Amino acid sequence: MGFDQYHEPPQELPARTRTFARLCASLTEEAEAIGWYEQRLAVESDPEALAIMRDAQGEEFKHFSMDLEFLLRRTPLWREIAQGVLFQVGDIVEHGEESEAEATGGSEADEAPGSDDRSGSLGIGGRAGSVR
Amino acid sequence: MMNHLLRPLAPVTDSGWELLDGEAKQRLMPALAARRLVDFSGPHGWTHSATNLGRTADLAAAPLKGVVALQRRVLALAELRADFSISREELRDHDRGALDVDLDSLDDAAHRIAVAENVAVFHGWREAGIGGIVDSSTHEPKPLGDDAESYSRAVAGAVELLLRSGVAGPYGMALGREPYRRVVETAEHGGSLLLDHLRKILDGPIVWAPGVDGAVVLSQRGGDFSYDCGQDLAIGYEKHDAESVHLYLQESFSFVVASPDAAVALTA
Repeated sequence: MGFDQYHEPPQELPARTRTFARLCASLTEEAEAIGWYEQRLAVESDPEALAIMRDAQGEEFKHFSMDLEFLLRRTPLWREIAQGVLFQVGDIVEHGEESEAEATGGSEADEAPGSDDRSGSLGIGGRAGSVR
Repeated sequence: MMNHLLRPLAPVTDSGWELLDGEAKQRLMPALAARRLVDFSGPHGWTHSATNLGRTADLAAAPLKGVVALQRRVLALAELRADFSISREELRDHDRGALDVDLDSLDDAAHRIAVAENVAVFHGWREAGIGGIVDSSTHEPKPLGDDAESYSRAVAGAVELLLRSGVAGPYGMALGREPYRRVVETAEHGGSLLLDHLRKILDGPIVWAPGVDGAVVLSQRGGDFSYDCGQDLAIGYEKHDAESVHLYLQESFSFVVASPDAAVALTA
């Protein structure tokens, strides 16, 4: 325990990478906690208990967001890709593909369907929503 | 991130775009019959300009004697665009939480472009080099008739004709507006719905297809009809003034019939 976040021998890792790994582990734990609270809230009927757990979940949202922001600040490529995905309106997968392609030089953009069809496409495609 | 649609230049909030995109999608989906019944490739993006036909044309001259010159033939993608305008006051009201925003102009444009796509695919678009499924069919059109009994017989006849031509199923059917209405409202002897009966005959989808004259029975085995999508349907920005935002729905595509004998037209 305590060293589970390391995939490689910690003594061989630079301090910056160890810090990065700690924050990745923290991010995972916050996301797990958010999921657990979500489940507890779904089954709890006591209003007072619900209020406490909502407040607690709000704390986890904050922790998760701070962890994420820290990691994004330390990882320019991750940050660049995230900027094309987070808080965007429209198709998340499409934004992800486009953002990754832009950030990494576009090798996937040449292959991925719709890669040049940047945000704004209604994403209808073929055989979708058929009246059969 | 701005592309050729110029959406960031429009005075439309994120919530407004969500409203417009959602409404457009809702209106387009039921009417886009063609792409439900043919092979769909793409979307390949706005820069995709031509479909490979795998064929060549002779060239009158080569750059040098002793060499043979051919030129590849491609089918250029066509663009369709339907303009519409939305009142800025209506968009402001939407941002305030109004639920009854007037989007009639968008609805009309969505219907127009969907019908245009259906017409191009089923009945052809000569100017764009697109031969429609009906116009390309090697089978003589068959009468659909006027009543339930004749509909079942006509569809069964079309299926049998396709089988006889070596075109395997399952089969699908595009129904124009009036024939579709008749099909869904009709119960045959014994109370079973004509729609269910026809589905059993076809073993495939029956699709409402505004813009189609009569009906078209076509194979769903794949490889017979190819819709090549460049930019899939999207809303773009044209201009705005104090009262309105002028937008448009746009798409680019080509369509190729690989097996002209894989469809039978039924005339109303």
